[in-house]
Amino acid sequence: MSTILEVRELNAWFGETQAVKGIDLAFESNTVTAIIGPSGCGKSTFIRCLNRLHEEVPEATAEGHVLLNGDDIYGKGIDPVAIRRKIGMVFQKPNPFPSLSVFDNVAIGLRLAGMRRGTMLKEIVEKSLHLSALWDEVKDKLNAPGTSLSGGQQQRLCIARALAVEPSVMLMDEPTSALDPISTAKIEELVTELKKTVTIVIVTHNMQQAARISDSTAFFLLGDMVEHGETSKIFTTPKDSRTERYITGRFG
Amino acid sequence: MERHFDASLRELKEQLVSMAGLVELAIEAATEALQKRDREKIALVHDIERRVNAAHIAVDNSCVKLLAMQQPLAADLRLIVATIKINTDLERMGDQAVNIAHNTERYIQGEPLKPLVDLPRMFEEARVMVRETLDSFVRTDAALAREVLRRDDIVDGLKNKIFRDVLDHIKAKPEHIEQGLNLILIARNLERIGDHATNIAEDVIFAITGEDIRHSARVETIKKALT
Repeated sequence: MSTILEVRELNAWFGETQAVKGIDLAFESNTVTAIIGPSGCGKSTFIRCLNRLHEEVPEATAEGHVLLNGDDIYGKGIDPVAIRRKIGMVFQKPNPFPSLSVFDNVAIGLRLAGMRRGTMLKEIVEKSLHLSALWDEVKDKLNAPGTSLSGGQQQRLCIARALAVEPSVMLMDEPTSALDPISTAKIEELVTELKKTVTIVIVTHNMQQAARISDSTAFFLLGDMVEHGETSKIFTTPKDSRTERYITGRFG
Repeated sequence: MERHFDASLRELKEQLVSMAGLVELAIEAATEALQKRDREKIALVHDIERRVNAAHIAVDNSCVKLLAMQQPLAADLRLIVATIKINTDLERMGDQAVNIAHNTERYIQGEPLKPLVDLPRMFEEARVMVRETLDSFVRTDAALAREVLRRDDIVDGLKNKIFRDVLDHIKAKPEHIEQGLNLILIARNLERIGDHATNIAEDVIFAITGEDIRHSARVETIKKALT
């Protein structure tokens, strides 16, 4: 296994408030890493630093290094938009573009990147919808509005949209928290499938979900990373008593 | 912060402790049956064993329910997994007490082979092992659980001594072979009770510390033999 993404001494602030404190963490290719921790522990801020989305918030700043295949995404002259194509993101609430069809929702990233050829667009859209396990459900309604799909389908549409630009890393911020158990199960299956092609970092509040789908788990608390290790170890014999208290629901 | 789940875990521990209490009673009744040649105590062992079996099913049901409803993790998960295994060992101890009762029944039909010295000691050691393993579980006392592991060596030593003494006796008096065999089987069953207590102590250590020490002594012996 090789490291695809490496975080070194990453710090992030909202104005004066430090939300992420000196994190060092490496992500191996084709694995799923779960980030867990109580609300406000900095886990969402942390993953939003991994594709330079954090800095879009007014007064939000980040410092440190995030190396994608050895190149620092915080290096001089790096275009954050280009980074976000390589490191995609799926959010808590499905957010398809309301005015766009199913097809156009998936194609938009490619169009924005300058792709004009219809046949190639079609191929990639179909491939992305297959990858996100949505094709069979939408192949006859590609022109329907993206928002006409169910919540679970909309989330898979957003995953297809992120996959269309062929990212090497996919960040997921609580992608199933707004979904019913069936849709959640589909997304979880999908994550396990997708890791064959992309490296996944997922923030989740659902311990069982982290246990089911991730290879390694990192526990965050008050902006610090308390513990990172093999998921099976973290959920059976965690080393740090704070991790133990959190995952057994004794925290506080 | 006390969780509702903690109350459920306490109840589960109480179930297991009362089951262990029954096993202890069964061992005591078996001892008295042998020493006092008391047939009523043999019947009591059978009666207790039926209650142990009922407790075995009840504890398993509680564990399955907690696994399904609470989806425990880390120390909670280790505790429930250990309980499922301890439950099985306690049930088998009950079976061993019944085996002892059977052997005792046959033994007291004949003349005593010799005054019993080591067997009552073995009974007492086994009973204390059961009590201490469960104490270590309830008090989450890994040191006490390790103490039980050491006590098993005493039980094994007593069994070997009884085997040797009885063998010497029946070599000299072959007409006592059946009575001798009954005593050997009782010692063997008591040794098995000690082994089950050892298993429980290992599970207690796993539940408390997450450390898996099963078979480690054997692995060490093999390593030494190979070097």
